[in-house]
Amino acid sequence: MISLHLVKSFRNAVTPFSLDVRYEIGDEHKCAVLFGPSGSGKSLTMQCLAGLTRPDAGHIRIGDCTLFDSQENVSVSVQKRRIGYMFQDYALFPHLTLLQNVAYPRSGCWPWRVCGEERDKAQDMLERLGIGHLAANLPSQISGGQRQRAALARALNADPLLLLLDEPFSALDPLLRERLREELLELMENLTIPAVIISHDPDDVDAFAGGLVLYDKGRARTVADYASVRGDFATAGKCLRHLQEQGAA
Amino acid sequence: MDFDIAFIWSPLELSLRVAGTATLISFVVATLAAWRLARRKGPMPALLDAVCSLPLVMPPTVLGYYLILLVGRRGVFGHWLEEVGINLIFSWQGAVVAATVVVFPLIYKSARAALEQVDKHLEDAARTLGSSEWRVFISVSLPLAWKGIFAGIMLAFARGMGEFGATLMIAGNIPGKTQTLSLAIYDAFQAGNDAQASWLVCITSAVCVALLMAAELLVKLKRRH
Repeated sequence: MISLHLVKSFRNAVTPFSLDVRYEIGDEHKCAVLFGPSGSGKSLTMQCLAGLTRPDAGHIRIGDCTLFDSQENVSVSVQKRRIGYMFQDYALFPHLTLLQNVAYPRSGCWPWRVCGEERDKAQDMLERLGIGHLAANLPSQISGGQRQRAALARALNADPLLLLLDEPFSALDPLLRERLREELLELMENLTIPAVIISHDPDDVDAFAGGLVLYDKGRARTVADYASVRGDFATAGKCLRHLQEQGAA
Repeated sequence: MDFDIAFIWSPLELSLRVAGTATLISFVVATLAAWRLARRKGPMPALLDAVCSLPLVMPPTVLGYYLILLVGRRGVFGHWLEEVGINLIFSWQGAVVAATVVVFPLIYKSARAALEQVDKHLEDAARTLGSSEWRVFISVSLPLAWKGIFAGIMLAFARGMGEFGATLMIAGNIPGKTQTLSLAIYDAFQAGNDAQASWLVCITSAVCVALLMAAELLVKLKRRH
């Protein structure tokens, strides 16, 4: 179970923004989707979850583990949170090969040298995601889909408690997006780690949502179970629009 | 004129030694300073940034004067330096101190710009994968900013080779001991020894051209990999 209460405001920014969300995602959903227009606070939520941004107030709990609590003055550092974050642009290190990238969470200060057990583990992870043959390539030498798999392999190799996927398909053309969505869905089914996905594409919600959180202008509304509300509508888009209008009313 | 290789070799060797050591020290200190100050906002970082950039705008003689006030025999740290047996005035080590301060902002400025251009997502990704700030710097930021920092290093070395004002103030102009190429040229010219001066000028120019070409070649080689 993920329990979140986040308050964060940027008053002095060019466009002032304030995030104030409070919701829980139950264990019955392996995958939750944060859906909403850009600039509604989805990415900021993820950054707070990962520990890259410190909320002004609130709490973050995953299971029994408190990662942040402003009242009890708890804030686990980003390094110790064990949250796998897959960035929108995948953020693979361009100067390292795929093997070195994937081994990065376990290699020492000198990530160019990967040996022994770390090497086997990273190679195993690459094989698991079907890109074992690309181990010696640089990220610039492989395709978008392969890059996504490599980023996932690297995040998984850090042994995370939770996976965060920030708009995994936003930068891709529609056909490739569809193929990668199927691939990722298949991969996720074999994982036991819960995941939170950001998206503004209704098709992603259809494919991944167990739990659904609707974002709008820094506020959020949870829909406990997407499947139960989805049934009545012809398309995912119509369903989400209806939910949004309901939320605004 | 009685041709003696020593009149070229001695200042050339000294210039290379002084510029090399100064560049190395500046590289370490300036890169670390740039790392700590990059992407920082607020009055304190702004002040530190100004201090780090100051040698760029101050006349070298002023820098030399400040350095004498700091490390000279009667300077702030003079007494302490004498106790540990370090004498910087009228020694080649003094020339290194002068050159280090003069070339420092050249590396600092390029390093800071290069480090700030590194994609923040990559550094954040390293953090979420459990990397400490130091490891993020060594394994991600530094390798990706290397090209910019290297450009700064080459510029700093070339500037160090030509250092004149601050060196003259601290280390003086002692042939065979603290007389670098640019000081030797000035000396020869003042003494009316035009042949010697033109030899030294040619050598200096050749070294600088060779340096720039080597740097270009290194960058190209790196790009091919």
